[in-house]
Amino acid sequence: MSEKLLEIKNLHVMYKTDEDDVYALNGIDLDLDKGETLGLVGETGAGKTTIALSILKLLPERTGFITQGEILFEGRDVVNMKEEEMRMLRGNDISMIFADPMSALNPLHTVGKQIAEVIELHNTGMSHGEIEKKVDEMMELVGIPAERKTEYPHQFSGGMRQRIVIAIALSCTPRLLLADEPTTALDVTIQAQVLKMMDDLKERLNTAMIMITHDLGVVAQICNKVAIIYAGEIVEYGKIEDIYEGERHHPYTVGLFGSIPDITSNAERLTPIDGLMPDPTKPIPGCRFADRCPSCMDICSRKSPGMVNFDGHQIKCFLYESGEEN
Amino acid sequence: MSTATTPTGSTKSRYNAARKKSQWKTIWIRFKKNKLALAGLAVFLLMAVTVLSADLWLDFESGALTMDLANAYQAPSGAHIFGTDQYGRDYFTRVIYGGRISMFVGIATVAVSLTFGGLIGATAAYYGGKVDDILMRCMDVLMAIPSTLLAITIISALGSSMFNMIVAMGVSQVARMARIVRSAVMGVKGQEYIEACRACGTSDARIILRHIFPNAMGPVLVQVTQTVARSVITVASLSFVGLGVSEPTPEWGSMLSFAKTQMRYYPYLSLFPGFAVVMSVMSLTLAGDGLRDAMDPRLRN
Amino acid sequence: MLKYIGKRLLMMIPVIIGVIFIIFTIMELTPGDPVMMILGEGAPMEAQEALREEMGLNNPFLVRFAQYVIGAFQGDLGTSYTSNLPVFDEIMSRMPYTLSLATFSICVAVIVGLPIGILSAIKQYSLTDNMTLAISLTITSMPAFFLAMLLMMIFCIKLGWLPMMGLSSPKHYILPVIASASSTTAALLRMTRTTMLEVIRQDYIRTAKAKGATPRGVTYGHALRNALLPVVTVIGTNFGFALGGSIVLEQVFTIPGLGQLMINAIRQKDTPIVMGAVMTTAIFASLINLLVDIIYTYIDPRLASQFTSVKRQVKKA
Repeated sequence: MSEKLLEIKNLHVMYKTDEDDVYALNGIDLDLDKGETLGLVGETGAGKTTIALSILKLLPERTGFITQGEILFEGRDVVNMKEEEMRMLRGNDISMIFADPMSALNPLHTVGKQIAEVIELHNTGMSHGEIEKKVDEMMELVGIPAERKTEYPHQFSGGMRQRIVIAIALSCTPRLLLADEPTTALDVTIQAQVLKMMDDLKERLNTAMIMITHDLGVVAQICNKVAIIYAGEIVEYGKIEDIYEGERHHPYTVGLFGSIPDITSNAERLTPIDGLMPDPTKPIPGCRFADRCPSCMDICSRKSPGMVNFDGHQIKCFLYESGEEN
Repeated sequence: MSTATTPTGSTKSRYNAARKKSQWKTIWIRFKKNKLALAGLAVFLLMAVTVLSADLWLDFESGALTMDLANAYQAPSGAHIFGTDQYGRDYFTRVIYGGRISMFVGIATVAVSLTFGGLIGATAAYYGGKVDDILMRCMDVLMAIPSTLLAITIISALGSSMFNMIVAMGVSQVARMARIVRSAVMGVKGQEYIEACRACGTSDARIILRHIFPNAMGPVLVQVTQTVARSVITVASLSFVGLGVSEPTPEWGSMLSFAKTQMRYYPYLSLFPGFAVVMSVMSLTLAGDGLRDAMDPRLRN
Repeated sequence: MLKYIGKRLLMMIPVIIGVIFIIFTIMELTPGDPVMMILGEGAPMEAQEALREEMGLNNPFLVRFAQYVIGAFQGDLGTSYTSNLPVFDEIMSRMPYTLSLATFSICVAVIVGLPIGILSAIKQYSLTDNMTLAISLTITSMPAFFLAMLLMMIFCIKLGWLPMMGLSSPKHYILPVIASASSTTAALLRMTRTTMLEVIRQDYIRTAKAKGATPRGVTYGHALRNALLPVVTVIGTNFGFALGGSIVLEQVFTIPGLGQLMINAIRQKDTPIVMGAVMTTAIFASLINLLVDIIYTYIDPRLASQFTSVKRQVKKA
């Protein structure tokens, strides 16, 4: 029996559309212990949300498919799990906070009803009164007066709605919380509030969390571990110190850090990464970042690099793989 | 795409033209993938060619008009593949020529409603404000009368003839067309390249003709195919109740009107013109649906 | 809410006046002299002139229009040229047939169209779905009167199960209702399917699934109500179509409804009847649309709260 809460091994996901097949994830390996927080960082379209949806098995029907790999939650195989069993997991053991609070709530149900729904689903024995009490409790927990539970989503602001979404996600004290850019749709001031709230709640409920974001500041604030993801692959993976203070980095990570303004450095200009992500519909023989990489070598476009491990700090780059080339 | 810092009208419109061309091409590529839509288009074109070329291989005078009472009510056979009607006229010839009326009236109806509806809708959308308000309130009133009913009212006042039928059906579709054109133009109007044109001092007429019109075409074209399809049904219905084309001109609805009296003994008289209506409407609908899906793949289900 | 309904009813008045104006203007184009119609060819000039004066035909167009509108709001739609009875009474004696047919067919369309539309959406691309779409496409491509004729050929002539004409017993209703409901059913079914498929892709459906809701719970608890909103509107507009379409269908089944009254009146150039019949139908169609709008505000809290917030503001003021 593994100590790990979540293990993802060599996960491949593909989207099949009328026009093309999109290779969204190309061999993702991740693991997470109880109570830990992992930051998933990358550009839009890198496959971050796809990882979260794969864990819940909520990939779009008929288009998204897990083609290869394993997902183990507390040692149980999620990929081959039956739908009924999966439903017991969703919202109860694993829950998700979605990126856009404006569309994540059903416009025709009161927010109270939407919170109550998840409690009802996973606590069949609970009486009506108990459920209502729990709803009140959850609303207060996220800082919204309980008497507003009879109101509809459109009567709340974006930040308030995100709190509701968080309340729904936390109602059944899940062991794993998947937070998909929970703050990007919000104002900066609200962002800080929501983040702090999530961090507090996570501590209080001892929930493990995967924080999906492209905001490195957010990661620094609340994560223990970070995975940098690029074009459906993890290119760098390590503890927060490794990523923020370590010596060795994947060139993409360097670029990523180069493209955020830093008040302490003297640089006059931002140094963005040139170019765009590669076309995900075509398989690439070499490193996916090769086209945009400032330290690109001959081998990079021919062969895909392997993970190099420095005491748990992993980097997928030939810069650190020299000598093992043959 | 913030590289174009000074968007002049000409570069923008050239960019726009290039985009448009490839847009129609992609629409065609998507349309081709839709087997049903392609089949609909093929059937419709086949019917159109048959009906339009009828003069070359059928004799209208002797086939559709000349009575031959000795040969009345002949069941379908080698000589008359659809049989003959109550006056001994070749039913096949009459069904084919009946298609001409339906198609002509259908297309003419669209022409009338598109001209007036388009003008009203485009004016309302382009000028907005008061003009929009007044015009659209008027269209609301017109929409309050069910379109078949409005058409019947107009015909009852003007008398039944093909020309009056076109006027009546055209007018009864104006409001619907105006709404579609209005919303299509509104959608394009908000786009930045129109703003850019205006900033460059391009004249209103030029903006409407060169920029708004071609870009608002999509939804209007879909509506046009639907209106033609609906008109084919309405023509038949009006003639059926004796308000459209009448004897001796062959027309599907009036043929069905007589056929109904002979349903018990000569059912084939009903079936041929009836299925001609169904086939033409269905092929148009399929093609129209395919077009809509090809224009906006997001709507496709 | 009552205030809203009242406001909507008041807003209907200009629409009705507009409708009357349009119909009045169209009817003005009718050739022929009503006085001749009533008195017959060769009546003495004085009698003609007297009747013309009595009917107000010498007044200018706008005056006659105003008189008609005022009369209309009091239930006076003039007198039939042919039967000499009040138009209002004539219409009311025919209305029950037309209205009941339209109402039954809308009910049938909802009962049949909605569930099949939902099923079709849930089982997208399945055999059921494809069959449903094919059948509904065929039905929408068919003029209602032709479908009626086909049904008659099968059920009345071939099988002899059902009567062909009139509306005198429940059995008589079966074919007319099927014929008139079919196109609405097909339209409703396609609309339900489309909106269901659209709604199923929304984020809040994913939220519901992420909560661990069952497919049943997702479909009926979350998707259906959202999908119903646009469908309700379709029901409203189709009621208008059903009323308009009944003109033709009543002809097929020889039903003594408003449509038949109208067609006969057109043949006999009985303008007041035509005008009254069109107007009544248009008003009924608008009323149904209003009803639909009101139902809509009950289903959609986003609209309903507009009125409560207005109320709150009023209270504060």
